[in-house]
Amino acid sequence: MNIERQEIEKLATLARIAIDESTITEVAERLGSVLELVDQLQAADTSSLDGVSSGMQATQRLREDEVTEINQREALQATAPDTEEGLFLVPKVIE
Amino acid sequence: MSNSGWETVIGLEVHVQLATKTKIFSGASTTYGAEPNTQACAIDLAMPGTLPVLNKQAVHYAVMFGLAIDAEIGKESAFERKNYFYPDLPKGYQTTQLEKPIVGRGNVEIQMADGRTKNVRIHHAHLEEDAGKSLHEGDFRHGVSGIDLNRAGTPLIEIVSEPDMSNAEEAIAFAKKLHSIVTSIGICDGEMSQGSMRFDVNVSVRRTGTTELGTRTETKNLNSYKFMEEAIAKEVERQIDLIEDGGTVLQETRLYNGDTKVARSMRSKEEANDYRYFPCPDLLPVIVSDETIEELRRNLPELPDARQARFIEQYGLSAYDAAMIGSDAAMAAYFETATKESGNAKLAANWTMGELAARLNSEDLSINKSPVNAEQLGGLVARIADNSISGKMAKEVFEGMWAGEGSADEIIEARGLKQVSDSGALEQMVADVLAANQAMVDDYINTDEAKRKKKLGGFMGKIMQASKGQANPQQVNQILVQKLNELV
Repeated sequence: MNIERQEIEKLATLARIAIDESTITEVAERLGSVLELVDQLQAADTSSLDGVSSGMQATQRLREDEVTEINQREALQATAPDTEEGLFLVPKVIE
Repeated sequence: MSNSGWETVIGLEVHVQLATKTKIFSGASTTYGAEPNTQACAIDLAMPGTLPVLNKQAVHYAVMFGLAIDAEIGKESAFERKNYFYPDLPKGYQTTQLEKPIVGRGNVEIQMADGRTKNVRIHHAHLEEDAGKSLHEGDFRHGVSGIDLNRAGTPLIEIVSEPDMSNAEEAIAFAKKLHSIVTSIGICDGEMSQGSMRFDVNVSVRRTGTTELGTRTETKNLNSYKFMEEAIAKEVERQIDLIEDGGTVLQETRLYNGDTKVARSMRSKEEANDYRYFPCPDLLPVIVSDETIEELRRNLPELPDARQARFIEQYGLSAYDAAMIGSDAAMAAYFETATKESGNAKLAANWTMGELAARLNSEDLSINKSPVNAEQLGGLVARIADNSISGKMAKEVFEGMWAGEGSADEIIEARGLKQVSDSGALEQMVADVLAANQAMVDDYINTDEAKRKKKLGGFMGKIMQASKGQANPQQVNQILVQKLNELV
């Protein structure tokens, strides 16, 4: 399975992952072999089966709509790089 | 610019914040207006090792919406991850539904001002989580934004319509109808100014008579009907100008700033269709049993259309009044209480839609926050209905109630506003005024019969003044005419 160089670059951009120029060919080959595996799975005839969203034969548990989490801002912001007046500070983002 | 020769095609995506107490996947509170990040727990912040657990109430609210628009309910629905990077989305993906939404195809009937109705098809509605808020203005250092994640994880349903609307009026009628439905069934507080309902508007144009859809743009995050109307008008004009000048419309996301009236293209968060959706491995398929659906159906509150019909039938309201009051759940409840209290539906309707609505509007208050509650207004209406006070006095009493001076009866008593309807007292009052103003009486007698009516105002003014505004005007008028005619 061939993956174009451009596709790797685009995926890296979308995933915010820096990929070294020299490793692109190798990454393309490795991802290609993953896709080959997917192709093998795709080849299996599943037309007689219902789709499953999960490997487990279970369904989603639901919780009651009750407040269980109290304010822990101080603890949760302790590891944040930068905060001010209770806000997390990040490099400016403007859309 | 003229739009002749062109047709507009509009579809809406509507985000509705569900009125749950807690987030869709965590037990953190959703109360509006809390201090920044005090309602964002480890799950909302996407701390490693946390797992989402779905809120039952959010699922039930979504199903209730489906039932309200007569939609297919997804008995088995599933969550996907929609991947993009933005600081107000700590997980790096939004948990949403794509392949198996909880609400399938449905229908919403809208009514235009001229009485025309139209069906708008709903493509589907799905459950998802809201993102946090980015604050760009503040006392932050240059080049920094502040992030408040209190809203992150607030449950939403996104309602996606088919492109069935052909002008702004229809789009707004549709938006209002959805507002009416979600507030009537109690799944959303409907507070537009707090972002409880937000509208994305998809607009395209095509030459009249053609059937192929033009390229559409999406204007995101409009939170008022007025902004929607302005944004649609601007976008339609822009697209027509563009095509007539030989250009082509690009499929893009746009923003409209309601304050500056400026629309612009938004740099896309990701390139189109590159959200790399995949099934969320943290969440299992959501099963809604037939029993649950039936129970929710049985307990579904009255829908706006049914309520409007009932108001016409039960209270004898006009279709217009019934639509005005019946479309708003809170106003409908207010009106019914005021009617029960006063025994006069028509007057209660007039006061609810008139004086009360105007006053709430001018002070930017929702009816739930009204300083005058429904019982109080009912008390006032009762005194108007039994002729204890005139319409003019009623406005004074209303002002008193608004200022917190108590019930209508208390204010009438305290201010001595009781209207004089005792005919003996009124006759004496009229006789006194006539006796004291012989010149006016002579003038009246010497005036042509056809023109005499115009002279009555002068007498009325003096009598009302003498009674300190408390005389029943209709009765005074009757007595006055009778007495003057006896003199002619």
